[in-house]
Amino acid sequence: MEISVTVNGGARTADVEPRMLLAHVIREEFGLTGTHVGCDTTSCGACTVLLDGSPVKSCTMFGVQADGREVTTVEGLADAAGLHPVQAAFQEEHGLQCGFCTPGMMLVGSALLERNPDPSDDDIRWAISGNLCRCTGYMNIVKAIQAAAKTKAEAAQAAAASA
Amino acid sequence: MTTEATEIHGIGHSVKRKEDGRLIRGKGTFIDDMQLPGMLYMSILRSPFAHATINGIDTSRAQAVTGVVAVVTGELMAQHNLAWMPTMSGDTQAVLATDKVRFQGQEVAAVIAEDPYIAKDAVELIDVDYDALGVVVSPQQALASDAPVIRDEKEGQSDNHIYHWESGDAEATDRAFAQADRVVSLDTFYPRSHPAPLETCGCIADVNSATGQTTIYMTSQAPHAIRTVFALVTGLPEENIRIVSPDLGGGFGNKVPVYPGYVVATAASLLLGRPVKWIEDRSENLISTGFARDFHMHGELALKDDGTMLGLRTSLLADEGAFHADAQPSKLKVGLYHVVTGSYDMPAAHVAADGYYTNKAPGGVAYRCSFRVTEASYMIERLVQNAAYELGMDPADLRKKNFIRPEQFPYETPTGLVYDSGDYRGAMDLALETIGYDELRKEQARKRADGKLWGIGIASFTEAVGAGPHKDYDILGLKMNDGAELRIHPTGKGILKISSITQGQGHETTFAQIVAEEIGIQPEDIKVQHGDTDNTPYGLGTYASRSTPTVGAATAMVSRRVIEKARKIAAHLLEVSEEDVEFTRPTFSVKGAPDKAVTIQDVAFAAYTNFPDGMESGLEASYYYDPPNLTFPFGTYAVAVEVDPDTGVWDVKRMVAVDDCGVRINPMIVEGQIHGGLTEGYAIAAMQQITFDEAGNCIGSTFIDYLLPTAMETPRFELGETVTPSPHHPIGAKGVGESATVGSPAAYVNAVIDALWPLGVRNIDMPLTSAKVWEAIEAAKAPA
Repeated sequence: MEISVTVNGGARTADVEPRMLLAHVIREEFGLTGTHVGCDTTSCGACTVLLDGSPVKSCTMFGVQADGREVTTVEGLADAAGLHPVQAAFQEEHGLQCGFCTPGMMLVGSALLERNPDPSDDDIRWAISGNLCRCTGYMNIVKAIQAAAKTKAEAAQAAAASA
Repeated sequence: MTTEATEIHGIGHSVKRKEDGRLIRGKGTFIDDMQLPGMLYMSILRSPFAHATINGIDTSRAQAVTGVVAVVTGELMAQHNLAWMPTMSGDTQAVLATDKVRFQGQEVAAVIAEDPYIAKDAVELIDVDYDALGVVVSPQQALASDAPVIRDEKEGQSDNHIYHWESGDAEATDRAFAQADRVVSLDTFYPRSHPAPLETCGCIADVNSATGQTTIYMTSQAPHAIRTVFALVTGLPEENIRIVSPDLGGGFGNKVPVYPGYVVATAASLLLGRPVKWIEDRSENLISTGFARDFHMHGELALKDDGTMLGLRTSLLADEGAFHADAQPSKLKVGLYHVVTGSYDMPAAHVAADGYYTNKAPGGVAYRCSFRVTEASYMIERLVQNAAYELGMDPADLRKKNFIRPEQFPYETPTGLVYDSGDYRGAMDLALETIGYDELRKEQARKRADGKLWGIGIASFTEAVGAGPHKDYDILGLKMNDGAELRIHPTGKGILKISSITQGQGHETTFAQIVAEEIGIQPEDIKVQHGDTDNTPYGLGTYASRSTPTVGAATAMVSRRVIEKARKIAAHLLEVSEEDVEFTRPTFSVKGAPDKAVTIQDVAFAAYTNFPDGMESGLEASYYYDPPNLTFPFGTYAVAVEVDPDTGVWDVKRMVAVDDCGVRINPMIVEGQIHGGLTEGYAIAAMQQITFDEAGNCIGSTFIDYLLPTAMETPRFELGETVTPSPHHPIGAKGVGESATVGSPAAYVNAVIDALWPLGVRNIDMPLTSAKVWEAIEAAKAPA
């Protein structure tokens, strides 16, 4: 089947088997290998991408279900101005070790901050509870998302002040 | 030629990680991210039975699927003498089953296809004719006289016993026990767990049919050792084998062994002349690759009434699975379990262990642990708490009374280990002060009076890591020594090549910091290369907290070798004799004339442009480090929990971890390692367990059944540190990656047992699920 997907802002098409998982379409057809597959049961969240802005586990969707929709992967987090605040904060706060869960964690974190710009520790833990990390113990992931919230708030304030 | 003084970001700096730049952008290269031209995909057929004879395998339906290139069976592998392979423990393991299957999930056949979906489809079409056999799922069953013999193909193997191993002095221990006022005992099961790194195992084997060059990209924590094993197994010349470990999505011991999939993929690539990729799915990872623990443990501690420890006796039944494939030093059948006397000064100890085959997956790996020190630490720390209560003492006081004192180091334990350094009381005092121990005990008394179940648990662990000295430590004869090469380029930047590999520990950053500390070139100017056997020095790999103790030491030593040569070049540039040159990184200056100076960067340029007559050009060195001893990190963990008597749910209210890992190279990374270890320790104490039903079906073959902690369950941690350098390590570091997984399970369990002790609960085997805790409470309440 022919599908058209907006991937990280660009139009992409692919001819895929109806059974092909979205995670595999992203990795194999679109060549974006930052989306990882860590389990087969929707448990680990390493394959998380944003579909029309909301986090989904791309191993639990067929590629054809993304036809006509917008997908954001880790490769789409940074823009011309540089890293997304969540990316910068993950490095700054040591929110990653092996880096395998990191794309999913950052995408969930970025989506959380879109709907809740000032999340509590508990809000963040709940938001990332569908994403497993085996290295960090989550402490620094939570700190990183909080730090990113602060960066975003400061940027918004600065923008408001200069407007 | 002096430069302005810039702080060198060497040891002790929380330098941000170099690895992160690619990983936060999704630009890491994990094994499944790699594509080679013409690559084929392999999928493995696994046994549904735990024990069954194979009468025949019919691959015709699978062969007929469009896109299938080959179907490989044990028979085909046997034609190339590859149906069996050696294990890390000197046993043999089936690559693809020929005679029978011995555990559920065992590799039976493999399909090689043009597409991974087709390979999986075709695996379903292989027909295997099995006859089920009797099944053994525990060592207790395995030792029964009428137990089915699992390894009947081995000559002289008439039962399921693998080894008997002892450490310590049995007679001296008997004498100690004879003098005891009290003997406290504990029978407990340390359940089978699985490291479950978030990335599963896999490889791409690429054999060039024209040259014979064999490149295997592999999720390996030990690429050099694996290259040698591959050479020995396949007969391929070792210089033609190159193992490349790309970015690893965690390992925790799971990526140490050689798995059948690697061997089959390599054989397939050799036969087909095309690259073959094999990536496990999660269930395959959980049911067939290296597990950990699975120890049935008995321990006895002999004490005087005043709390003085006299001796320790412990016996073990080890469940090794169907093939004895432990990844550990060859002389030590239960690894470093003989560190079981822990942090305590006692004159006698004896360990006896027996290993058995069972119809379960093989591969006892050191899951975030230095060769069974986790089981040892758990045993002693549980025993000590129980002993305290039986003596009517506070568990902290009993520990303090028996700690090995700082002036006793180096301290030889009754099982022959020589601890390098320690200040156990210092770490404990800090932990107790941080958690407010005395106040917590008062609060506990108030809560108990209100009918609440509150508990406080302590573990004061000592680890033995950094294997190790060549005379005692080898795997398959390969001495556990590791190398480093350092090359400084003309522009004053450099490359450090190390034998060990990162799986998230941050080697690319911390090892550059060691170089920075020694020679004064900033860590961002030192590239760290690892994981590629063609381009790094030999070594045994990253596990058992050995990178810093061995490769960290090699890195410091090779840096000092570079400085030796640099000093000669500096003397040439400064026109003085070498003895007159002083080095205060990054500057070489003339003694008594500090203004006359050159930097390491000046020297590096001169090494290629202006070196003295008779000297080799260049500025580089290599070093292989043979540790004089293991290192012995330690610490005290203190946990407060509340147990809900109606549900058995227990909540961690406080978790304080004081670690002493000697000198900390990068404090940020050390703390991250401790966070991760405390989480895996919690996971083992609370939820992770691979179980089997009586037919040998693995219960726990997905993340739905094998529970890993999410951010919701994971406790919040409060960290503290003391620093007692290792006296024999060049930079005083001891290693830290596993301390928290080793030490913390006993702390969590002790806290729950502490809460339930007044009810009469003396033991609950891990994991302490709410159901098990509730059952223990109910059983304790029931009239005897």
